[in-house]
Amino acid sequence: MRALSSRPLWVFGALLALTWVLARHGAGWVGAEGWLGDGGLEWAIKYPTAWVIPLKDYVSAAMKWLVEEAHFGLFTFTEFTRAISWAIEQPYELVRALLAEGFMDGPGRRAKQVFPPFSWLTITACVVALGHYARDWVLAAIVGLAFLYLALFGQWESAMITLASVIIAVPIGVVGGLSLGILAYRHPMFDRILKPVLDLMQTIPIFAYLVPILFMFGFGPVSALVATVIYAMPPMVRITTMALKAVSPEIKDFGVMTGCTRAQMTWRILVPSALPSLMVGVNQVIMLSLNMVIIASMIGAGGLGFDVLSALRRLDIGGGFEAGIAIVILAIAVDRLSQAFSERSGHVKPDVPGARWPARHPRATAVLLVMIAAFILGRFLPFFQTYPEEWWLTTGDFWDNSVKYLNINFYDEFEAVKLFFLNYFMLPLKRFFLGIPWPWACLMVVALGYHFGGWRLAAMNAVMTIFIVTTGMWEKAMVTVYLCGSAVVIASAIGIPLGVLAGTNARAGSAIGVVIDTLQTLPSFVYLIPVVMLFRIGDFTAMVAIVAYALVPSVRYAAHGIRSVSPELVEAGVVAGCTRWQLLTRIRLPLALPEVLLGLNQTIMLALSMLVITALVGTRDLGQEVYIALTKADTGRGLVAGFSIAFIAIIADRIILASARSARVRYGLEEAAHG
Amino acid sequence: MPGWMPTKPAGKAGSRTKARASRDNNTRGQNRPRDMPPRYTTPTSPMFQAVIRMTPPVKLLCKDVWKLYGTGGDTFLDKTPDPSFEQIKAAGLIPAVRKANIEVREGEIFVIMGLSGSGKSTLVRCMSRLIEPTRGALFYDDRDLLKATDKEMIEIRRHKMGMVFQHFALLPHLTVLQNVAFPLTIQGQKRASAEARAHEVIELVGLKGRETYYPRELSGGQQQRVGIARSLADEPELWFLDEPFSALDPLIRREMQDEFLRLQGMLAKTIVFITHDFDEAIRLADRIAIMKDGAVIQVATPEQLVLNPASEYVEEFARHVSRDKVMSVGSVMTPGATGAGDGISAQLKIADVAAQVVEADQPLTVVDDTGLPVGAIGRDAVIGVLIGKRG
Repeated sequence: MRALSSRPLWVFGALLALTWVLARHGAGWVGAEGWLGDGGLEWAIKYPTAWVIPLKDYVSAAMKWLVEEAHFGLFTFTEFTRAISWAIEQPYELVRALLAEGFMDGPGRRAKQVFPPFSWLTITACVVALGHYARDWVLAAIVGLAFLYLALFGQWESAMITLASVIIAVPIGVVGGLSLGILAYRHPMFDRILKPVLDLMQTIPIFAYLVPILFMFGFGPVSALVATVIYAMPPMVRITTMALKAVSPEIKDFGVMTGCTRAQMTWRILVPSALPSLMVGVNQVIMLSLNMVIIASMIGAGGLGFDVLSALRRLDIGGGFEAGIAIVILAIAVDRLSQAFSERSGHVKPDVPGARWPARHPRATAVLLVMIAAFILGRFLPFFQTYPEEWWLTTGDFWDNSVKYLNINFYDEFEAVKLFFLNYFMLPLKRFFLGIPWPWACLMVVALGYHFGGWRLAAMNAVMTIFIVTTGMWEKAMVTVYLCGSAVVIASAIGIPLGVLAGTNARAGSAIGVVIDTLQTLPSFVYLIPVVMLFRIGDFTAMVAIVAYALVPSVRYAAHGIRSVSPELVEAGVVAGCTRWQLLTRIRLPLALPEVLLGLNQTIMLALSMLVITALVGTRDLGQEVYIALTKADTGRGLVAGFSIAFIAIIADRIILASARSARVRYGLEEAAHG
Repeated sequence: MPGWMPTKPAGKAGSRTKARASRDNNTRGQNRPRDMPPRYTTPTSPMFQAVIRMTPPVKLLCKDVWKLYGTGGDTFLDKTPDPSFEQIKAAGLIPAVRKANIEVREGEIFVIMGLSGSGKSTLVRCMSRLIEPTRGALFYDDRDLLKATDKEMIEIRRHKMGMVFQHFALLPHLTVLQNVAFPLTIQGQKRASAEARAHEVIELVGLKGRETYYPRELSGGQQQRVGIARSLADEPELWFLDEPFSALDPLIRREMQDEFLRLQGMLAKTIVFITHDFDEAIRLADRIAIMKDGAVIQVATPEQLVLNPASEYVEEFARHVSRDKVMSVGSVMTPGATGAGDGISAQLKIADVAAQVVEADQPLTVVDDTGLPVGAIGRDAVIGVLIGKRG
């Protein structure tokens, strides 16, 4: 490993130069008359259509067979999915009726409300009580204000529909993730099978599995819930397995010595001891479910996500922005609440055995009183039931006007920036990537894999690149790499210096931290709206949106890497007489390198996941392919393109992780693997 | 004595307790005689005493226990029945325990002492079958523990064994009361009776009033008291303590050692105590097993260890021990001689009587348990021990 890593840099340089020359002039050479006979080497630049394996047709056919003909003896596949669908639908309809729509009776549009949903006052009182129960009055005020905002700005009903889907999706995701995680903890064999599946689930763009879900569960909230659960569950599985493994061996020994049975060991020792970590997983599930809100609305989830999506389609910036902000507000409220619950690992409660129920549960009593009062008053005064429409506030016009103002007064400036980047950065990069002959590119990817991870990684890379090439995805894959690559370069160029600043300067650190936290709660779609408004559609717009979305990890990891450099080493540098600049370049940065590389890795992953969403603004990459497949309900096309994206992600991920590991080994921060 | 009354070996333990308590009052509970466990000297008939004073029965027996880490340890031992440390290493295995033979007798404090990596923790985990030994036999009373099924082991652990851990291993989400009651609720006891019993043991370890605290709200010493209370809640016969005081500050550690001796004086458990601290071992043990590189190199009373170390390794430890606290009057007196005074117990340590002997004008009489004179001790002998003269 050591010998490999310290190979002179010029080898890389030379290979890169050779690739560049090939990309630039390769097309000219193969096009030259009489060179190698008729077709020449044309096939090396453009993969011939005749060689493409029609994998997507096979997949589509298999899907069709599954839905129409598959039979498991007692029941058909369709009956099976319908049963699942029914099981999910019942609780969802109940919660949705309670929170948003009330109970209806009668057919279709003429349905009459026989029982109203909870009043907005009741629900707000309820979250305030939860906030106070989970932490204190400050949290209660925050979540209370957040829900008031939803009512005041007329987002109430949509928000409640969204909340209903979160309320159903989260328990399913948590219970499913917990069970799989426990199974993986108990059976290492199962763990080994599960891991690559989870990797794939997290790297395949969500759009790709929307189509099969659509086939199986039909258009509607159930499909949206299933997609949400699939998207939100993998982190819970991982966190569960990790948290159970991390329970101190002494506590496990204690469990055995007390004579716990297997079930007691799991439920009374391991799970409760790991609870704080598990709650982090629950929080993740909640946040990912909310992230999924907009995408899920493409296959039938209503609510805030649908509002954003339809606003985006109408290019209604004000409306889209307001609904987007409402998602963020809801996300913040739910996030803070769940975090408070996870930190609230029981404090001592005074025991009042004799007291009556209301005295022991003042919050529940208050909520009940509000509920009854709102119900009775709401019969006569609509205000107590639904926040009146006349009183809605809106900032839509403000956003519309600001964008108009910017567009009218700064059009030239925006255009100049856009053209500069397009002409001097993005287009040359695009030409470079599209010009590389695919056999050469495959060779390079395999060689990189071998260099950093040995034969296994090389073989894996080979299989994945061959999949991309032979399914006819090569050109689109290269556009993907170019778009994602340029976004990652810019995101790192902005993010790493910011991270270094945040890591070295405490005040800058806390300011940057706030911005980063906010960026992270924004659903990815929200980034698109202002960017489209300012730059219209096209590659540059897509890139800016990707940069904004993928910036967070590069800042965060760089800052963390800088901060975790041992203070002794920094002191040693100071004593040796380093200037501040030398301290940074000679000590801090090199030691933070592994962390920075991990940040880069995360940046790439986020960029790839954002890529599909930017298909909405007219890119021509794999993301677009997936998006088209979704609109045409073409399972095979969507899955093949989705797998291609996942493979690009996995190749990048493995190569970078392997290099980060080799850096850590070189610095002695990690043991080299045995054998 | 606190309000707590031992519930199991009622009459016997009660009288033992009294005997110990009175002795402890004289010697501040630290310097009880070691060569013969005093709790068997119950004031009953001489005949009974004679029987009792014979070596007590073996409670836990480890016979040729091996534990090798790495793959193929079992087949390796088949091929080479008695390998040396180097041979095991050469085979790519890690020798954690090598052919350990240990007898833990009923009612004694058996200390296993060794530096880190000597295999003491692995050995105690083999004894409780937390780790399966690669080879060897393990008998609890007359029962072959290695042949017990998982279900039987659960029963044995629920009712016969208790364990205290170095880092306490308290469940963070439970209060002190719930933690202590935990082993009982695991057995399916009703909450009320489990908590009633938990209150008793909490009071026993001196934590009354802290029942509703969570572990993180307690100091290290208090947390370990909870750990001790919890391990005593289901009244085990065999009590494993795995470096229970190593994570505590030196002052607290000493206090906890006294507390431990006080408890043992009342409860008379059979104890396997792990430590890396030789002084702690000397202070607490009835007998000590010294381990090095996975092998037990000497098993002896503290006094024998100091007087007759089996190897240079043991001697290295023994050299730094203050001998006056280890050696008894009986071991340095002139047997058969007569002296003045109304008698010093042969079992007392030199440190306890030094001032008295040195101040006296002539040698003082030494008496045994029964009060019969057995010899005399003079100034020279005591000073010899104090200044560290050998032999």
